[in-house]
Amino acid sequence: MIEWFTVIQVVVALAAGMLAIVLGLAGRKPNDLTMGATALVELLLIIQLVVAIVSPAVGNEPSGSLLEFYIYLISAVLLPIAGGFWALIERSRWSTVILGAVCLAVAVMVYRMNAIWFVQGS
Amino acid sequence: MANDTLAQPVRSRARGIGRVLIIVYAILALAATGRSVYEIIAKFDQAPFAYTLSAVAAVVYIVATIALIAPGAAWYRVAWITITFELVGVLTVGTLSLFLPELFAKASVWSWYGMGYLFIPLVLPVLGMLWLRRTR
Repeated sequence: MIEWFTVIQVVVALAAGMLAIVLGLAGRKPNDLTMGATALVELLLIIQLVVAIVSPAVGNEPSGSLLEFYIYLISAVLLPIAGGFWALIERSRWSTVILGAVCLAVAVMVYRMNAIWFVQGS
Repeated sequence: MANDTLAQPVRSRARGIGRVLIIVYAILALAATGRSVYEIIAKFDQAPFAYTLSAVAAVVYIVATIALIAPGAAWYRVAWITITFELVGVLTVGTLSLFLPELFAKASVWSWYGMGYLFIPLVLPVLGMLWLRRTR
């Protein structure tokens, strides 16, 4: 993991999550903005996955369990996809709230992944 | 309770704000399952009791998520049973982890009333019960 990239990722996921929850509670159906924000969260997760695969090969070893790290990462990668499909199928305000909940969950999981990589075991 | 629901037309509980409840349940089920799989693969012998509990909790969250989505009186009852189990679990384990911390040398989902999961395991069963009452 790269610390500054992870910080950006958590901030983006938090912002996307709060945006979607506020817009959803305000009655908006999933739109380009909330779907785009969720897609951005997903894109950053894919980049994080590539970073995680490459890192150990260039001497950036996790201090904690790589298995636990990947369980979090794979789960996180699946969440925005699941939320996005839900939003495409079910076009209601609650789907926007769901996009938000998914992004906030990703933020928490990335934070936890950061702790596993840098703090746990060191 | 069951007789009341039998009289109602079969209708999914996955509507309105209930969908948000279901997705949060699904995320928690995913988190608990992921954690449990890791614990059992990597370090089961360190704290068999806490890790078995994590596995049981994970399965119950999965069943509760399905029960909230699936329509019908039988699933309604399953939802009540699993959600009640979760509430009893989080209260019991939360209290035990405060007073007998040696039992929970390694944390489970429910330790300290689910603090490691932002207290979502404590709040969710209550919201689930309110939702089930409303959708009866």
